[in-house]
Amino acid sequence: MYIEQALEIVSQTHPGVVRSQNEDCVEFDVSCGLVVLADGMGGHNAGEIASSITVSLILTEIKHSLENMRPEERGEGGEDVGVMLLREKLQKANTAIYNASLSQPQCAGMGTTVVAGLFYDNRLAVAHVGDSRMYRLRGAIFEPITRDHSLLQEQIDRGMLSPKDARLSRNKNLITRAVGVDPAVEAEIHVHAVQVGDIYLLCSDGLNDMVEDDEIGTRLHMLRANLQLMAKQLIEMANDNGGRDNVSVILVKINGEFAVPRGWLAKMLSWFKSRIKYGD
Amino acid sequence: MAAKLMLSMDGVVLQEYALDKERMTIGRRPSSEIVIDNIAVSGEHAAIVTILNDSFLEDLDSTNGTLVNDVAIKRHFLQNNDVIEIGKYKLKYLNDQQSPSTAADFEKTMVFRASPHIASSTPVKADPSEMSERSNPTEQPQSTPAEKALELRQTEAATSPQPARVPSAEIAPPDSQQAMGVIQILTGPNAGKELELVKNLTTVGKAGLQVVVFTRRPRGYFVTHVEGASYPNLNGKPLDDQPRQLNENDIIELAGIKMEFYLKR
Repeated sequence: MYIEQALEIVSQTHPGVVRSQNEDCVEFDVSCGLVVLADGMGGHNAGEIASSITVSLILTEIKHSLENMRPEERGEGGEDVGVMLLREKLQKANTAIYNASLSQPQCAGMGTTVVAGLFYDNRLAVAHVGDSRMYRLRGAIFEPITRDHSLLQEQIDRGMLSPKDARLSRNKNLITRAVGVDPAVEAEIHVHAVQVGDIYLLCSDGLNDMVEDDEIGTRLHMLRANLQLMAKQLIEMANDNGGRDNVSVILVKINGEFAVPRGWLAKMLSWFKSRIKYGD
Repeated sequence: MAAKLMLSMDGVVLQEYALDKERMTIGRRPSSEIVIDNIAVSGEHAAIVTILNDSFLEDLDSTNGTLVNDVAIKRHFLQNNDVIEIGKYKLKYLNDQQSPSTAADFEKTMVFRASPHIASSTPVKADPSEMSERSNPTEQPQSTPAEKALELRQTEAATSPQPARVPSAEIAPPDSQQAMGVIQILTGPNAGKELELVKNLTTVGKAGLQVVVFTRRPRGYFVTHVEGASYPNLNGKPLDDQPRQLNENDIIELAGIKMEFYLKR
């Protein structure tokens, strides 16, 4: 199955009920199997600039790199082609924002979180920086597959705080990594096997700060037949609970397999198809 | 403003201490930051570690122990107005910064750095080797929504006297101000059965054929079409993709079965 048929993707973003500006940015490209979400920070509209630069740069750069490659074939170039692409492009976005913040006084200190997913060959490479998250619903199990780069998460990892206590902490919103605040950024990247029926949720902290994980999971499970409604409900729920921050979601549902053709015949057919498609 | 401790005995305030150091010890020994010269207090009795706006109390294996709000603790994450008891002394923890539930706490996200003195500081992070070691996200505590709480099909709903009441505390308790919405089935084999909309979200219908979701929101109850080629009727008119607020005695017709919405007070 081609990736366009295998993946169903919707996204939605909302400023919330307290803030007038939306510093979140979401975008996706089904034919590339790529989803990107960023939550910007910085005065005036610098946060908006940082998040939109990051999202559009990652999207156009990866799209460009994949131009002559079918997503189904990406596994062939090397085991970690997805990881390599994400790392490289995220670094590029970091440089762009860092340089802009040095040259434009009104952009000084801007930065952004990011979570990006690249689907290829029945796999998913997930890159993230900061506290924007990716969750996965598989069967009845709903769980985060990223771990925040935040002070709270570090305290949880060190056993100083229980996840329950973390909700009582007064040290929220302190992230330990961000795109664009230093000359280089270290993205955390992992590759996951994808199964048909999985639903992936990318979200900014405006969702998971306002809504408990279990409540989010319940939504995903009950509304799995209607992704658009699911996105709408998640945002509604964050706003009903106070909507103190911008809230953004991207939902990806796996409707079929998208493996690289393995046999020589399949490879050849796929090669011919791609030549025809791109008129090479 | 830094959090503080108010030392008192028998209701008389003796002294006030600002928690302005990363680690402060409580004990009989004069080197302690908070000295309590009493035989029931160990030399190094307890310590308070403060990280930005959070403080943690730790009992340093004291002879007579440390209580917080009448409970013996080894380690405790201090919350505003907690009362620490050491011997006959009480230390009240005061942190009048706004609680996490207020809007002020949802200030802009900031990058937390190791040391402001280093000009080109890198963000604080764990040692990379340690990072990769603990970077398997699947080891995280997992939230597993109970499957039974998730699915609520019409048939089950109508036969069970207490449909899908969610046992977990995560689901917001019904607002006492808000009347409980109820769906009464009017036609079909389950006619007369009632379904209380106790959860924030209840789906009704047959998967793949026609499903609607009832949502309980601060402004009332809403019904929205979820799946199925044909849309259910609300008061004789088909729903569209938009949520519709339900009024008392609205009639929903779903897969040929009529049901009525009302509020139980």
